[in-house]
Amino acid sequence: MSEKSYLEALNLAITEEMRRDEGVMIFGEDVGGVKGGVFGVTKGLAEEFGDQRVFNSPLGESEIAGLAVGLGVMGHHAIAEFQFADYILPAVNQIMSEATKMRYKSAGDWISPIVMRTPYGGGVRGGFYHSQSTEKIFAGQPGLRIVTPSTVYDAKGMLKSAIRSEDPVLFYEHKKLYRSIKDDIPDVDYTVPLDKANVIEHGDDVTVIAYGMMLQFVLNAAEELKDDFSIEVVDLRSLYPIDKDTVLEAIRKTGKVLLVTEDAKEGSVMNNVSAIIAEEALFDLDAPIKILAGPDSPSMPYAKSLEDAFLVNQADVTKSIRELAEF
Amino acid sequence: MSELIIKMPPLGESVTEATVSQWMVKPGDHVKKYDPILEAISDKVVTEIPSNDDGVIEELLVNENDVVPIGTDILKMTTEGAVGSVPVAKVETRTTESQNSPSFKATGRFSPAVLKVAGERNIDLSSVSGTGKDGRITRKDVLNYQPKETPIISSQPAQLASEPVIRSTPVLELNNNDAVTKAGPVRKMIAQNMLKSIHEIPQAWTMIEVDVTGLVKLRNSLKNEFKEQNEFKLSYFPFFVKAVSSALRNNPKLNSSWQNDEIIQHKDINISIAVATDDALFVPVIKHADRLSITGIAAEVSRLANCVKTNTLKGSDNEGGTITVNNTGSFGSIESMGIINYPQAAILQVESIRKELSVLDDDTFGIRNKVNLCLTLDHRILDGLAAGKFLNEVKANLEAIDQNTNIY
Amino acid sequence: MKLKDSQLTKDELIQAYRMIKEARMLDERLWQLNRIGKSTFNISGQGAEVGQVAMALAFEHDKDYFLPYYRDMAAVMVWGMSAKDILMGSLGKVDDPSSHGRQMPNHYGDRAHNIVPFSSTVTTQYPVATGVALAMQIDDSKAITLTATGEGSTSEGDFHEALNFAGVQKLPMVFVIENNGYAISTPNSEEFGVKDLSVRATGYGIFGKQVNGRDFTETYLAFKEAADNARNDKGATLIEMLVDRLTAHSSDDDQRVYRTPEDIAEMKENDCVMLMERQLLSEKILNEDELEGIKKELEIKINQATEEAEEMPNPASDQLMTHIYEEE
Repeated sequence: MSEKSYLEALNLAITEEMRRDEGVMIFGEDVGGVKGGVFGVTKGLAEEFGDQRVFNSPLGESEIAGLAVGLGVMGHHAIAEFQFADYILPAVNQIMSEATKMRYKSAGDWISPIVMRTPYGGGVRGGFYHSQSTEKIFAGQPGLRIVTPSTVYDAKGMLKSAIRSEDPVLFYEHKKLYRSIKDDIPDVDYTVPLDKANVIEHGDDVTVIAYGMMLQFVLNAAEELKDDFSIEVVDLRSLYPIDKDTVLEAIRKTGKVLLVTEDAKEGSVMNNVSAIIAEEALFDLDAPIKILAGPDSPSMPYAKSLEDAFLVNQADVTKSIRELAEF
Repeated sequence: MSELIIKMPPLGESVTEATVSQWMVKPGDHVKKYDPILEAISDKVVTEIPSNDDGVIEELLVNENDVVPIGTDILKMTTEGAVGSVPVAKVETRTTESQNSPSFKATGRFSPAVLKVAGERNIDLSSVSGTGKDGRITRKDVLNYQPKETPIISSQPAQLASEPVIRSTPVLELNNNDAVTKAGPVRKMIAQNMLKSIHEIPQAWTMIEVDVTGLVKLRNSLKNEFKEQNEFKLSYFPFFVKAVSSALRNNPKLNSSWQNDEIIQHKDINISIAVATDDALFVPVIKHADRLSITGIAAEVSRLANCVKTNTLKGSDNEGGTITVNNTGSFGSIESMGIINYPQAAILQVESIRKELSVLDDDTFGIRNKVNLCLTLDHRILDGLAAGKFLNEVKANLEAIDQNTNIY
Repeated sequence: MKLKDSQLTKDELIQAYRMIKEARMLDERLWQLNRIGKSTFNISGQGAEVGQVAMALAFEHDKDYFLPYYRDMAAVMVWGMSAKDILMGSLGKVDDPSSHGRQMPNHYGDRAHNIVPFSSTVTTQYPVATGVALAMQIDDSKAITLTATGEGSTSEGDFHEALNFAGVQKLPMVFVIENNGYAISTPNSEEFGVKDLSVRATGYGIFGKQVNGRDFTETYLAFKEAADNARNDKGATLIEMLVDRLTAHSSDDDQRVYRTPEDIAEMKENDCVMLMERQLLSEKILNEDELEGIKKELEIKINQATEEAEEMPNPASDQLMTHIYEEE
């Protein structure tokens, strides 16, 4: 075991996988050379693996995605980095029309076993185009997997699984977690599945489902309220397809569910979770489904006062859990 | 040799019809597979249509310049091969598996909506029978539920029709001797109105007893003479309608209706009366009853009853009622709970007049004529106080009747 | 240019002609099947067959990869697909190698012959092809990549992004723009402001050349040179191949609406297949009887392929939910 940050865990996952499989490559804007990415996730990789396997791509996201698809077709587990989740938009056609449909449109003759990594999330004064949660755009496209680790352990284990996966994986990394969370993780090779939600804490008063920065708030709240209530905490992790079984089992235990996302509520991944619960578990509910989410404003503004107003905060989460537990 | 029908093929996405612009073959012609046989024009394309097989043209089924839907038979031919295939896409039957629907045991698991209604109406769900899958109790089951203790007047079928009380009917197994009749349109409409009233109006019920000895005396003294002078009988009912109409002037709240969260107080006093036939119930209206004398009301009651019998009620006879007075006494009822004639605020049931041994004001005994008046009211509009005040005024009006009362 | 100047043997030239003629006759069959109602769509490469066959012959089909577009029937047949393969695609049969009945007709792909399928949103195959070529470069496989699209696609952002990357990495590949004058009904004059699209290559630091796709030899030699450059690590080439579109855009379109009768008539008088037949006769590679013999032979072949394809099974409805994710 050694203590790593979320970012170090990601870097370690890529390093280990590139050592294990010579076909693994990584590229994106500012990913190569001595810089190693604007957040430093790929730092040191070019030095160890050379400029052919670790390189800067030109500034064109559609090409980054298409390049990965082509490498995937040829059997390379390519890792493409989109510098910010907001910058993924020019690549939507490549992701939806090529990466996601390659296996299906050829009935398995061709596949696109690639990882598309991208940092998302707000609270860093990044304004409109460095704060968004864009996973909702893709959540609902069969053929694609969308995952996000919310713990240091999962950061390493899930990225390794994503690189080994034969499916296209959109890998969302919460940029605020990069350096803010640290944990002891095994030094050995381990993987974490891409299609399973994770019950982090067990309880029987109320179930809370979250991911990303919001999961940290939920864990803090659970600790704060532990003498009063017993809280089941679920890390959603697999944003598409959603792990229905784990979600339903967790809400059936308590009959009360709080869903937390920093994304604007309309069309969010948590709306999808809510729909599953409403459809499958009506008779197990003891309270209306509660969703705590960002407001339906077009994006997260820059000014501190506006950013604070947009973001769900620790107090909101604690209060909502208490209210639901007391319902 | 076999017969082959050529159909107009699809000519472009979204195209629904095409024109035969020119036949390139005629009956008797020999054609080879893929030889052009006609030129067709659609919104999207102008094109030659090839033959689907080798053969001889039998008949052209459409004329040049005819516009025909895609898929129309356009040509009949005899093929030289074995069995000619018809050039339309086979329709494959598609089996749609049912989605995994939430499964649950029917008993003991109630939806939030069922629990809410049951709570509001104080219904014990164990006594409700469910009509849903596996016997699940649906929200509608709870809404339609009537407890067994509800006063129900049992009477002849013809009279039942005039008694607006519904009973919840448990499903009974059919016996060989049971007669099954499909509900006709009138019966269905009655059923709908009754259900609507019960679903939407929270109905409360109250009853008072009235001493009508004076009324009985007056009516008995006049009835023979009245019959000679008029074409209709003088019954007790018009006296009650008059007493109600007069009381409504001072109690306008009873003369109102609840519509879209608004309470509408009606200026006109139009009394609906229930008139039954063998298999249906009508509620024609005595317009401006407050302006009519007792004789005038009697005349109107008689006219409306005749119209019902001869099936000559006009639309206007059925419109505009603001409250209903129902003559349940005519078939011997002494106590009943009416269902409000939607969307009115109240219905008054006039029960049988009966003789009773009573203690009089001077503490002696006497034989008096008594009648029960039963009022069902819309509890959204009216409370017990308003209803009581109204009923007491009706009672006072009736008890004031004596030999001096003018019926004309 | 003379056919003999292509440096191909007489047999090779006859074989090339057979492929050109087969593609023409097969496409005519696809239109018939559409007009009978057996397929719902066709989009054809009539008028580009000579160029496509000349282009494809410049590659090594057992190792080079092809990422085509929907008019490339003649080219994919040179790469290895059969008439029956193409017909199964149009009829939506389960053994259709392009997509097993999943994509619309004419969206060619074939795992067995290194042909990567593409999407209808156009030009997406250009960036994907750079990935295929990069893999070949890294893996040092001495294989190269060809990718094709129409001239309308040059307006897409993917066109620029892919060429730019190919220039940066000196990728072993050839890009072709098959310019037939129209993007559905939009003429070249409304699509771009240059007369020669291959000049764009300069802006990306790659080779560029415009060729007359109706001229077999000129086209073959240009692609031979481009393929040699790619195979010898000299980098990528962009070729604009001028061709005709003898048919409407697709079976859903009628080009008589937006093209003049004179324009269409002139194009048909210069039908590339007819021009090549004249060359074969004048250069005495084939005589009239031999041409007629090839035609008869192909007619039988295509009829047989049609019958075989029609008898193949449709995909079972339970195939709908297969091959969405990796299956364990």
